[in-house]
Amino acid sequence: MTKKENNEPGKAMIDRRLFLKSTALGLAGTALPLKKARASIWNSFFQEHFSEMDDGEIKKVLERLEQENQKKYGRNIDIRADKPIEGVKFAYALDLSRCVGCRKCVYACVSENNQSRNPQIHWISVLKFKKDDKWIDLENADRYYDPNLVPEDDSFYMPVQCQQCEDPPCVKVCPTQATWKEKDGIIVVDYNWCIGCRYCMAACPYGARHFNWSKPGIPKDEINPNTHYLGNRPRYKGVVEKCTFCVQRTRVGKYPACVEVCPVGARKFGDLLDPDSEIRYIIENKRVFRLKEDLNTIPKFYYFFAT
Amino acid sequence: MNDLKSNFLRTVKYTFSGDKRYRLWLFILFSVIFFGIAAYLRQLNTGLITTAMRDQVSWGYYIANFTFLVGVAAAAVLLVIPAYLYDFKPIKEIVLFGEMVAISAVVMCILFVTADMGQPLRAWHILPLIGSMNFPSSLLVWDVIVLTGYLVINSILVIYALHRIATGKEYKLALIWPLILISIPWAVSIHTVTAFLYSGLAARPFWNASILAPRFLASAFCSGPAIMLIIFQIMRKVSKIEIEDKAIFKIAELAAYAMGISLFLLAAEIFKEFYSGTVHLAPMKYLYFGLHGKAHLAPWIWTALVFNIISFVLFLLPRTRENFMYLNIGAILMILGVYIEKGMGLVIPGFIPDTLGEIYQYWPTMSEILITLGIWATGALVYTLMAKLAIGIYTGAIRFTTEITSG
Repeated sequence: MTKKENNEPGKAMIDRRLFLKSTALGLAGTALPLKKARASIWNSFFQEHFSEMDDGEIKKVLERLEQENQKKYGRNIDIRADKPIEGVKFAYALDLSRCVGCRKCVYACVSENNQSRNPQIHWISVLKFKKDDKWIDLENADRYYDPNLVPEDDSFYMPVQCQQCEDPPCVKVCPTQATWKEKDGIIVVDYNWCIGCRYCMAACPYGARHFNWSKPGIPKDEINPNTHYLGNRPRYKGVVEKCTFCVQRTRVGKYPACVEVCPVGARKFGDLLDPDSEIRYIIENKRVFRLKEDLNTIPKFYYFFAT
Repeated sequence: MNDLKSNFLRTVKYTFSGDKRYRLWLFILFSVIFFGIAAYLRQLNTGLITTAMRDQVSWGYYIANFTFLVGVAAAAVLLVIPAYLYDFKPIKEIVLFGEMVAISAVVMCILFVTADMGQPLRAWHILPLIGSMNFPSSLLVWDVIVLTGYLVINSILVIYALHRIATGKEYKLALIWPLILISIPWAVSIHTVTAFLYSGLAARPFWNASILAPRFLASAFCSGPAIMLIIFQIMRKVSKIEIEDKAIFKIAELAAYAMGISLFLLAAEIFKEFYSGTVHLAPMKYLYFGLHGKAHLAPWIWTALVFNIISFVLFLLPRTRENFMYLNIGAILMILGVYIEKGMGLVIPGFIPDTLGEIYQYWPTMSEILITLGIWATGALVYTLMAKLAIGIYTGAIRFTTEITSG
C-alpha cells in the first residue's frame, strides 16, 4: 500500500510492480521530470486498475483526486466509491405514452452528473418520431426538435440513454478493461484507466457513450460536489463517459436524477431482483419492449405504454 | 564493442548522406514531419476537438489511414510467397524491399492509432502484466499483438539478411526459414484481425458482414503491390540496384487477380444489401447514393470504383501491364481507389447514420490532414533510410567490420 504514496524513486524501485512498470515504460518514465514531479503526477500516472486496488489504496486515490479537484475547481468535491448493494440489480422502465419530450431529464442529468457544458455532452438523447406506420424508425428520428413546441400531436418522444446491457458490447471490446459491469448491473468507466481509443463508442448500439473531445467545460459554481469515483466525478479530456443510473445516488437509496425530475412520471426505476418492486410489476403487467432486441445485448432498460 | 560502435556510426553517416536529390528528399520529409508534430502537439494540448470527429462519427481519417496501411503491410506476403515458396528468382532478389515496405507500414499504423488516442500516455494500460489487457475479448488487443509480432518478424528477417551480406557471411536460409514460413500466415492474420475489429460490431451493420475480412485481404493485395511496384521503379532509377522488369510485371499480374476478386466480393456485398433492402442498407445507400439529401462520400466512392475497374483492366491485359506508362497509371489509380474505398469509404459509413439515426457528415480538419501527412512522411523516411542502407549493402558501397561475433 505504501507504493501508492511513495514518491521517493529509490524506494519505489523495491516494489516489483512499479519496477516492472518503470522498466517497461523506460521511455515514458524518463520523459517525466522525475525529480521535480509532484507526487501527484507520478501517482496519477501509475495509478492501478480500479479492480486491483484494495480499500486502503482506493481511499488514498480518492484523497489525491479530491486534492487535484480542489486545485482545479477551487472547491471541495467529495468523491466516494460506494460499492454495489448486495442482491440488487437495477433496471429502468420508461413510459412512452407519458413522455412529452420536454427534455427536463436531459438537463437534470447534465447538472447532476457534471457533464461538460462546453463542448456540450448529453447522456440522454430524446428522439422524436412521427405517429405513423413507421413506428420506431431510427433513421427518421429527430434529435434536434424545438422544445417550445412539445408535445406535438403528431409525434411521440423516446429518451435514449445507456441501456445497461446485461451483455454489453462496449465492455467486450474495451482493450484495457477500463469499463465493466458492476454487481448491481451498472456499466461503469474508470476515467483514470480509459485510454480514449473509442472502440466502445463504435460498439455501442445505443449511442450511449460520449467522449471528452476537449477539457470538460463546467462553470465552477455549477459543479455537483457529491460524486462517485465510477460516476459523476469531474472527467478528463480524452476519456469516455456514460450514464451510470446515477450510481452516486442509487447506491445510497435515492432515485436517479432523471426519474426525480420527470414532470409526467414517465420514468420508473428499481430493483430487478425484488419481486415486489415497481419495475417488476411493469415488466410483468405491461407490454414492454427493449431497443434493438435483435442484437441480444439484453438491456435492463424497458420501454412500455401504460395507457 | 568497438566494431559495433564504428559500424553503427558508419551506418548512420551512410544512410543520411547522398547526392543533392537525396538530401532534398530528406529535407522535404523532415519539413512535413515538423508540421505534423506541431499539429499533433496542438491536438495533444487542446484535445481531439481539433479533429472533425464527434460522438456521432467517433473514428475518422486516422483510423481510415490505419486500416489502409495494415493492408499495405500485409501485402508483403505477396512477394514472400513467390520468392521463397516458388523460388521465383526475380522477386527473391527484391523480397527484402517488400519486407521493408511492411515495416514502414506497421510503423505508420502504430503512429496513426497513437494519434487517435485520447490519452496516449496511458497506452501501457493495454500491455500484459503491467497493464490490464483485455485478452482474448477485445479485438483491439489482438490487433496490437499481431501488428507488433509482424513488425518484429519482418525486422528480424531484414536485419539478419542485411547483416549477413554486410559482414560478408553466408546467408543461412535454414536458420530463418521458420520465420519466413510464419510470416506468411502472420501477414494474413494482421489484416484478418483488423477486419474482425470492425466486423465483430453488431451495432454497425455496414461493418457487421462476414465478407469484410476477405474483402480486406483482396484489396490489400491490390494496394500493397501497386505501392511496391512504384517504389521499385523509383529505386532502380535513383540507385545502382537492379530490379528486373519481370519482377515488376509479376507483381502487377498478382495485383490484377486480387483486384478481380476484390471487385467480385464488393459486388456480392452490394447485391445482398440492396436486394434484401433491410434497415441495414442505410449506410451503404448513404455511401453510394446519399440519404435524406446528404451524400458527401458518394462522389468519392464512385471515383474509387471507376479507378479500381480501370486499374484492374490495365493490370490484367499483358499488353498494358507490360507498358510502363499504362502500368504506372494503373498503379496510381489502384492505390487511390483502394485508399478511398478502404479508408474513408469503409470507416465513415460505419457511423453514418449513427446508431440513433443521425447523419453527421464528417470531413477531416486541416489539423488531421497535417498530422496524417506527418505520419506518412515518417513512414517514407523510415523506408528511405532502410532502403538506402540496404542498397548500400547490396551494391557493396558499405561493409561492416567482420570481427563481430554476435550473429
